[in-house]
Amino acid sequence: MSAEKPQTPLPPIAEGEEEWIDEQVRRTVWTGAWNKMLDLLDPIYNWGRRNSVWPMGFGLACCAIEMICTSATRFDIARFGMELFRASPRQADLMLVSGTVTKKIAPAIVRLYNQMAEPKYVLAMGACSTGGGPFKEGYNVVSGVDKLIPVDVYVPGCPPTPQALLYGLMQLQKKIDKQSLREAPWYRKGVSEGAPEPILGPDLIDARRLEEITALTADPEKLAARAVKLAAKGKKE
Amino acid sequence: MSVIVPTASPETKINLNDPQVVAEQIKMAQPDAVESVSAQGIVVKNDKLLDVARYLHDLLAFDYLNNVTSVDWQDRFEVVYNLTCLARGGAPLTLKVNAARENPTVPSLVPVYRGADFQEREVYDLMGIRFAGHPNLRRILLWDGFAGHPLRKDYREPYYEEEKKPFGSRWDQGHHVIAEDRNPWHDNVQYPANFDAIAYKPPRDQIQAISIEEATAARIHTDKIVLNFGPQHPSTHGVLRLRVTLEGEIVRGVEPILGYLHRNHDKIGERNTYLGNVPYTDRLDYFTAMANNLAYVLTVEKLMGVKPPERAEYIRVIMAELTRWQNHASALGFIYNDLGAFYTPLIYALEERELILDLFEATAGSRMMCNYMRFGGVARDVTDDFIEKCKYLVNERLPRRTDELEAYMVKNELFTARAKNIGILPRDKAINFSTAGPVLRASGVKYDVRRAEPYSIYDRFDFEIPTGTVGDLYDRFVVRVAEMRQSLKILKQALEQIPSGDTMTGKKNYQIRVPKGEIYGRGENPKGELGFYIVSDGTPNPYRYNVRAPSFINLTALNDMCVGYKIADMIVILGSIDIVMGEVDR
Repeated sequence: MSAEKPQTPLPPIAEGEEEWIDEQVRRTVWTGAWNKMLDLLDPIYNWGRRNSVWPMGFGLACCAIEMICTSATRFDIARFGMELFRASPRQADLMLVSGTVTKKIAPAIVRLYNQMAEPKYVLAMGACSTGGGPFKEGYNVVSGVDKLIPVDVYVPGCPPTPQALLYGLMQLQKKIDKQSLREAPWYRKGVSEGAPEPILGPDLIDARRLEEITALTADPEKLAARAVKLAAKGKKE
Repeated sequence: MSVIVPTASPETKINLNDPQVVAEQIKMAQPDAVESVSAQGIVVKNDKLLDVARYLHDLLAFDYLNNVTSVDWQDRFEVVYNLTCLARGGAPLTLKVNAARENPTVPSLVPVYRGADFQEREVYDLMGIRFAGHPNLRRILLWDGFAGHPLRKDYREPYYEEEKKPFGSRWDQGHHVIAEDRNPWHDNVQYPANFDAIAYKPPRDQIQAISIEEATAARIHTDKIVLNFGPQHPSTHGVLRLRVTLEGEIVRGVEPILGYLHRNHDKIGERNTYLGNVPYTDRLDYFTAMANNLAYVLTVEKLMGVKPPERAEYIRVIMAELTRWQNHASALGFIYNDLGAFYTPLIYALEERELILDLFEATAGSRMMCNYMRFGGVARDVTDDFIEKCKYLVNERLPRRTDELEAYMVKNELFTARAKNIGILPRDKAINFSTAGPVLRASGVKYDVRRAEPYSIYDRFDFEIPTGTVGDLYDRFVVRVAEMRQSLKILKQALEQIPSGDTMTGKKNYQIRVPKGEIYGRGENPKGELGFYIVSDGTPNPYRYNVRAPSFINLTALNDMCVGYKIADMIVILGSIDIVMGEVDR
């Protein structure tokens, strides 16, 4: 039995909304000669960007030494145009998170990330910054920098060899190649808020979860249940 | 070694390396101070500790405080001090003091040993024992406002996999759980009850403000300013933060703020098996992984009573000395970063380091984090090819490069002008601050654990302990270059003498049983004396695992080295201590 579905009519366009839709169409579905021209420009634009990614010289832990080795004679990061380690986040394009992200350094990392100018990229180097690594259990260790800021490339290893880091940087270059001027978020309108800086309280406080934390700690039953859950997780069921 | 001690009876020679003898000496001066004596150390009454320490320091010449640590015995706390007389050498004397479970307090030893400053703060931070009379008792590795004292046995991290390792089963009943699923919010955090996160205001850093009287009393009416260095700064060697009080360009005070790389080695070490801790020691001072392994393995072997075969001993020494060479070479390169010659000199230093890392990679499988030493031997044998390449390096390439580095970098006129008579640390201060390694030797103290308490097979080799005269920044690097030469000398002898044979005593064990006991073991690392204090309760996991980090304790002296010099010098003085944050914060 086939019954035709009654088609629901589209809601009528409200007054003034028509112009807004036109505006949206013009912005996202860009057609015409400009479009083609920007397509031609993209490779040139990206070629320039991919070969001059300036990393921020921010050595956190062991991986920083391999980062230094990568930029020394044998591995020579200068072949990729990335040898210019900037001390200031304002001048850097790439944040190499090279080492364990501890709770105490977490606010500083987020602040540095927010201080970097767009376009900016983050490369999580090593096991610690990708997921906590061998120190994951520690009371002062954040299990991965992606809990705080968005990450573009993950390089595994403890520490990754310079070859692995270079491979990760090449992946980043691939990512840059695929970006288009038309879609680049940093040329869009509106100010990006940046990642909220965590607060150092009795433990690390995520600024996005203040209400959640307050609600949990106010309810002794919930807090106890969480403690039980934490204590029981190691035991066999 | 026997010496004449002026106190008891001048005629009798007594052995002050024996705790029984020392305890009797203490009893003579302080009749009711000693609670008990054993081979594990002398237990002193809590209220008499300072008097005993003064007595030991002034009259029995125990002038060097190796380590301060603490053990949580569930019913009470115990603070453990290791003391040495630098002139006598030998194994350190262990002094213990008990503290009550509730509100534990112990007299501070800072009036006698300034080197206790940071170490006591660390004990306060992580164990919650208060030190009465400490000038600045605040948290050091964690931040003000942190809830709890993590090294106490009743403290649980918000996220941990199992009480003790190795795990019962990772694959329970055939199904597995992703660790993060168990962890609410996918974060590693926990909060106390009734914590209002919305209204929470973090405590402000206590900035030392100068009083008006102090400002007007000064002849030049410039305000002191407080400058913040780091934790992100190109010349702080990692994530160190310094709070510097400046008067114009002159440094009036430096306070290191640590803990930005505090990775909880102690707590994780207590949950790991003994073998499981070996790769963690790699990550302490990540420049000198092999030497860290050696010090840790030696400590546990001492407790177990195992001795590695000859060949393994030689391989260990070869690895440790190669590590020393490359560490000092890198230190020379990094100091030029601080001096303003950015990166180019470092590239010279790192060139040979790569060759040494190749040798490590060929043997241990990893460039930096070698995880090579085992209890009773080494993980695997070296090949003939390794010996050949090592011989080439040691006999031809490295001596040439040592001369070159010295000519370019240490005898460099610009370096001499910047480094001479800067950051002077006098001999008595260097000892009192418990500094170790090249910093101590540059101040003219001929003290090297390899000679004072020979471990492994260091007593077979012919080498000298280079010392400085003035104790300034220049001396520290002269000593380092001289140590590079001595390392090559040891390497040459070791490569000639290395026998063939096994590299492991007994069979390779995944898990070892360590008898009950406590031990403080140490090795002379490139940065200084790396010590491990291990308490074993007979289970596969250590009950207490503490690291004496030379970089951390050397930082205690930073303030005294820098005061009075220009701010540009302060950066170089910091570089001359050669710190590695992985070891400072652990």
